[in-house]
Amino acid sequence: MKALRIPRSPKVIVGLVILSVFIVLTVIGPWIAPYDPNANTFIPNLTPSWEHWFGTTTLGQDVLSQLLVGCRVTMVVGFIAGLVATLISIAVGLAAGYIGGRTDEGLSLLANVFLAIPGLPLLIVINSYLPAGSQANPLVVGLVIALTGWAWGARVLRAQTMSLRDRDFVEASRIIGEKRWRIMWSEIGPNLLPIIAASLLFTILYAVGVYSTLAFLGLTNVSTWNWGTMMYWAQSNNAALANEWWWLAPPGVAIALVGTSLALINFGIDEFINPRLRAAGLTARQRRRVGLTRRPRLGFTPVLRQSPTDAKKVS
Amino acid sequence: MRTLLRRFAIYLFTAWTTITVNFILPRLMPGDPIQQLIGKLQGRVTPEMIKAIKAQFGQGLNQSMWTQYVHYINQLLHGDLGISITLSSPVSDVLSSQIWWTVGLIGVGAVVSFFIGTALGVLFGWTRGSRADAVIPAATFLQSVPYYFLGTILIMIFAATLHWFPLMGAYDPSLSPEWSWTYIASVLRYGELPLTSIVLSSLAGWMLGMRNMMVTTMSEDFVLMAVAKGLSRRRVMWHAARNAVLPSVANLALTIGLLVSGSLLVEQIFNYPGVGNLLVNAVGNEDYPLLQGIFLLITFTVLGANFLADALYYVLDPRTRTAAVH
Repeated sequence: MKALRIPRSPKVIVGLVILSVFIVLTVIGPWIAPYDPNANTFIPNLTPSWEHWFGTTTLGQDVLSQLLVGCRVTMVVGFIAGLVATLISIAVGLAAGYIGGRTDEGLSLLANVFLAIPGLPLLIVINSYLPAGSQANPLVVGLVIALTGWAWGARVLRAQTMSLRDRDFVEASRIIGEKRWRIMWSEIGPNLLPIIAASLLFTILYAVGVYSTLAFLGLTNVSTWNWGTMMYWAQSNNAALANEWWWLAPPGVAIALVGTSLALINFGIDEFINPRLRAAGLTARQRRRVGLTRRPRLGFTPVLRQSPTDAKKVS
Repeated sequence: MRTLLRRFAIYLFTAWTTITVNFILPRLMPGDPIQQLIGKLQGRVTPEMIKAIKAQFGQGLNQSMWTQYVHYINQLLHGDLGISITLSSPVSDVLSSQIWWTVGLIGVGAVVSFFIGTALGVLFGWTRGSRADAVIPAATFLQSVPYYFLGTILIMIFAATLHWFPLMGAYDPSLSPEWSWTYIASVLRYGELPLTSIVLSSLAGWMLGMRNMMVTTMSEDFVLMAVAKGLSRRRVMWHAARNAVLPSVANLALTIGLLVSGSLLVEQIFNYPGVGNLLVNAVGNEDYPLLQGIFLLITFTVLGANFLADALYYVLDPRTRTAAVH
């Protein structure tokens, strides 16, 4: 399990820190919100101040409270959709890649169909046929999003499974007579972990984005607070034309920050899967320390090792 | 050729799936959305209209599912997408008048962002490890910014506050659509800001992908060989870039769907005419025939674009051609 070590690059650390902040807010957000997000008793259009950190809306609501309360729904839908979609893609990808033959043909075709159909229009169509009660239910919306978001992961996992299928250690356990599901689960599965992690992050990113988009278009219940509905209300009250940046910016920046943190963590996983990318992490300071005067360029992958004299200096 | 034919077959199958989903969804959804819609429409539209909707969704016809399905496909093959409830005209007419705005905006946006993004990716890949790497976190952030947020912010800063660009719409409302220079100039002028927002938000993805491929390709032996031969730096860069661009082209097909989804919102924000705007209005008005027509149109266009991208890849990469042999 040593293989799971994530490179300690600053990118990954920054990503993890931002993501943890939002996860904490997901849990405690609604409790620490200073006001009721629906209360429209404040003076409208206040710029940020001590009483209202992010100002108030045209409708006289507190922006910070909406942001904090909305964090939970947005993140929970994103994570549920991401988890469900990843589970589907693991099942489909592993089965298609390992069993092969007709199973592979069928499952790959299914994945290709879902990849080719544009996700958002499909979601909008499905969503518009849902009964009103289900449209308001974040869980249902999350599951529908998962339905449209699993194909990419399944395709990547299938390719990796196929390349693992014929390696010696898998062959060996097949000869011993291990059951098929056991080989898939405990021989191939662990070797797919980095790719599964990457596809999970990617799918959560997709789900948060798509859910906010649906909410922004007013296609989910507009009285459930999430970051998308905040933008919906800002847009329908012409916040952009009135230059009310304090109302527009917080939900958009929050979505972008969650996305950035997931992408930064994904960089770490990418560097793990593809070691050639890792060499790019040589900073100017590291270079000076090992005495490289010029930036290493083509064909040379620098290997960092402290020289014995340096080691003495340090100790 | 076999690879290409195979892809074509998959797209054909996808098209059929889309049509079938379109047929099944309104009929099998819990809560019977069509019945509810007809209830709501009673008294608001003409009885002929209600009859037409009933016929399209197979309400009260006592036909078997199969007969309805055959009828539906037959209608589609004749280009009949039903009649829009809110606009009271055939869906195909509505769509054919609006699609060119969308194709123009998204098409130009996609091409521009692909070329600029890829070129930047080559540069930043080449200079990896230098200060220029600082652009990666910035690009990552830009990539995570939702399309509609970026568009709104652009409107707020450059149109509403600085008045550099027109606020919304596709051309000066005082002009009427015609083939004249003033009209075309106005369309270009009004297109600048929506186009910028599409390019800005999709640029980062191409750039990051290309940079990664460039870094990977640059450690290949043939690039080292090119340096050893003493080729100029620009020639070596071109050498590596040509090989690194292949995955980007392969991704082109997969990204078109995402790009179209994002751009649908741009129309909504800039109040730009086009399919995205129609789609959002259709959902709001529960105009199911229009909604279904738009979904089919978007999916078919994306499938067509996907096939073109696949064909381009096939032309560019000889390995895809030899792979078909075994």
